[in-house]
Amino acid sequence: MNSNVTGARIGYIAFNTFREAVRDRVLYNLIAFALLLSGAAILVGEISIDIERLVVVNLGLTAVSLFGVVIAIFIGIGLVSKEIDKRTLYTVLSRPVRRWEFVVGKFFGLTGTLVVNTFFMALGVFLALVYVAHKFEPMDVWVLAALYFIVLQFFIVCALALFFSSFSTPLMSAIFTFALFVIGNLSEDLRGFARVTSGLGGAVATAIAYMVPNFSALNVISQVAHGDPVPGRLILYNTAYALLYSAMAISGAVLIFQRRNLK
Amino acid sequence: MKMTPTRRVTLAATAVFLLSLSGSVTAIHAIDRLQANSVPQQALYLRSTKVLRRLSLGYTGLLADIYWTRAVQYFGQQHHNDSGDFRLLSPLLEVTTELDPQLLPAYQFGANFLAPKPPNGAGLPGAALALTQYGIAHNPDQWRLYYNLGFIYYTELNDYAKAADAFKRGSELPGTNDFMPILAARMAQHAGEFDTARMLWFTTYQSTKDARIRQNAVEHLLALQVDEDITRLEQVIQKYRAQTGHLPSSFGDIERAGFIRGTPADPKGHAYRLMPDGRIEVEDPQKIYFITKGLPPGAEPPQPPHEPQPDLK
Amino acid sequence: MAIAAIEILDLEKSYLVGFWRKRPKLALRPLRLTIEEGEVFGFLGPNGAGKTTTLKLLMGLVFPTAGTARILGMDMDDPRVKAQIGFLPEQPYFYDHLTARELLNYYGQLSGIPSKERSARVEQMLARVGLSDSAGIQLRKFSKGMLQRVGLAQAILHDPKLVFLDEPMSGLDPMGRREVRDLIQQLRQEGKTVFFSTHILSDAESLCDRVAVIHQGELRGVGKVAELTSGTQGKVEIVFYANAQQVPTALTALGAESRFGGGNMVNSVLPEAQQDAALDVLRREHMKLISLTPVRRSLEEYYIQQLRPAENEEIRNQESHKQENQKNELREEASRKGVGV
Repeated sequence: MNSNVTGARIGYIAFNTFREAVRDRVLYNLIAFALLLSGAAILVGEISIDIERLVVVNLGLTAVSLFGVVIAIFIGIGLVSKEIDKRTLYTVLSRPVRRWEFVVGKFFGLTGTLVVNTFFMALGVFLALVYVAHKFEPMDVWVLAALYFIVLQFFIVCALALFFSSFSTPLMSAIFTFALFVIGNLSEDLRGFARVTSGLGGAVATAIAYMVPNFSALNVISQVAHGDPVPGRLILYNTAYALLYSAMAISGAVLIFQRRNLK
Repeated sequence: MKMTPTRRVTLAATAVFLLSLSGSVTAIHAIDRLQANSVPQQALYLRSTKVLRRLSLGYTGLLADIYWTRAVQYFGQQHHNDSGDFRLLSPLLEVTTELDPQLLPAYQFGANFLAPKPPNGAGLPGAALALTQYGIAHNPDQWRLYYNLGFIYYTELNDYAKAADAFKRGSELPGTNDFMPILAARMAQHAGEFDTARMLWFTTYQSTKDARIRQNAVEHLLALQVDEDITRLEQVIQKYRAQTGHLPSSFGDIERAGFIRGTPADPKGHAYRLMPDGRIEVEDPQKIYFITKGLPPGAEPPQPPHEPQPDLK
Repeated sequence: MAIAAIEILDLEKSYLVGFWRKRPKLALRPLRLTIEEGEVFGFLGPNGAGKTTTLKLLMGLVFPTAGTARILGMDMDDPRVKAQIGFLPEQPYFYDHLTARELLNYYGQLSGIPSKERSARVEQMLARVGLSDSAGIQLRKFSKGMLQRVGLAQAILHDPKLVFLDEPMSGLDPMGRREVRDLIQQLRQEGKTVFFSTHILSDAESLCDRVAVIHQGELRGVGKVAELTSGTQGKVEIVFYANAQQVPTALTALGAESRFGGGNMVNSVLPEAQQDAALDVLRREHMKLISLTPVRRSLEEYYIQQLRPAENEEIRNQESHKQENQKNELREEASRKGVGV
């Protein structure tokens, strides 16, 4: 098997996925986001002057994170589950495309879409920040770190959306993915709980606590809002984690999709 | 088994899955270790419980449980790190109880670990009092809260009158512990006695399921025993000296004089040491905590180690 | 001897149905069929017979519970197969927001057509299916017929040796169907093998070299179209102009069944033996003969005949169950006695 051709096919699938997402006007969330942020920025001006920056960063980054997750789930499910459901896939898979190439290509297309989406939202946040603070401060660089972590979070969410789409209906996939997003944000507490629980309950809790995506470590919004730095090692570890977890979910998706009978 | 392209992909995907699974678990460990040395981030930014309450969209119970778990984790972690810094314990417990005023274990935890001085606790008896009183206001028929109140007044503030009052009020509530009225009575005249303190710590031990609190109570009971033993032994030595005109050179002397039987040992089984100047010392001060007697001159009362000990039954 | 285009070897598919997914339902009984290279093969059967299941099995969209197939001499799992085949599914659905041109280009990329040739080939295909004018319109605006044409275009885009079509005429108007028929003829002339499933017999009759009839997951019959329809029914059909809006009584006396076409044109079908007598009647009455054709057995008759054993289906099932049970009992007996069967 010529690996070049595999890479080319994955690239074509990724690009096509991106194009579908853009044309599906799904990225219009950006408009809603921009409106929300500008509204908030104006409101903030009415409140105490000291915490303007705090509110903008907190609100802005939280909005980027939440909007992005919703988008990730929508296009992830919409573009993959729907494709499988509606038999668009028949003509794709009758070509020399391997099933795993399809999954991987979709993943890159989805994450690419989200990176672009995040870029524009981040721009909005920085604009709002400059608007309220009237200048850039050195601590703003940590906001970039927080945004990077949010992108890593999207990688994981996309991978999970793909994983569930490989065997479940569009609605259930969306629900499962969103549920894991919520639980994942509490994963640090889950691990703490698992540590103090003994016996079978403890074993089960531990298993769940480590399998659930570690979104709590990827959320540094509060500290960045206060201008605190993000440790370099955390950036390193989180990157490794996000890549590994995504790989796990994608390989799971591949394994399931390999043997799926398409209706 | 024929190696078809499909099988190859299945094998590769399985390998990737297993490797990335173990890799991600390792990464989580690394991240947790990294975070453990820094004060938990979310805890630092507790500004307004009202905001928190609104953000929780009504699921305040769950949020309270989460903060409770975090409080316990935080305390254990700070203890483990030997930092002596528990400044977040109070706000964490406050948030917990404001979100769920009926979370009784939080008040108990606060009474036992907010009041004592570092490195055992946060050294904030005032905060502990405020927390307990808040708890009483929201749970007026819980005798345990009055017990906690009395406990704080007794152990950290030495205000026996208020302690007595608290125990009395608690003794009038339904389901109250049998010791409460006795404790209330003893506060008046026998506040400083060993038996009173012993009763108090025993009640603490008996009335909680929290392993940490029980552990703490046990250590205190053992220390009381040691203090009592040594006080009595030193009195015996004075009697001996009055009788013979000189200090005993060994326990055998005292035994032959009929004052004691056998070689006295501490509750952990180590024999006491008779010092040439008539004092008694414990064999190894590091092995018994909280004692105020039996230490070499100028020594600090030893504190428990950082690793949680198994619960002594 | 040429390699068969498709060799289906006991390909079988069963599903588990029911609430607990325990009951097996046989969508396709073990199918054994060979399609030769260069022929146009029709796969006939009513809806739900298993035609689409067979196609999906061959495409690798669904996995067989037993059996296998060889396509163009290669194992059906071999990825190299895909480069040589094209597939048009039933009622295809494509990416809504791509234009026809973009879709074909994308599929061309996936099929590995080098970029140099790709755009030329795409334009060629668009012209061939008559979509050159609509090439820049997004697919969500396409009518059913246009989508079908896009489907055909993508099936032959990469010049495959073997083309699979699932109900290619479905949803097309007569013009569209004519175009598809012409396309299939062209493919055949180009030496390609065409395997298509349909339940419209007239299409099959006019296009196919051989047909197979499938019903309730089971192959009922295979044969050359020419042979299946060669037998005459002993009748002839005469088309002529009558003198008035009236069938000559003499003709009816010969046992003719007649009907009117437009104007005074009449179609009469009568026994072959009366052929000469009928011609005499026409000559006598001075009526103009248009055509005289033997009535061949239609494919429809063959088809219905193959389907009829359906009534005996139940009986046959029971029979085979009984046989299975007997076999099992024998086996048990033998193993109990310690004898190998």
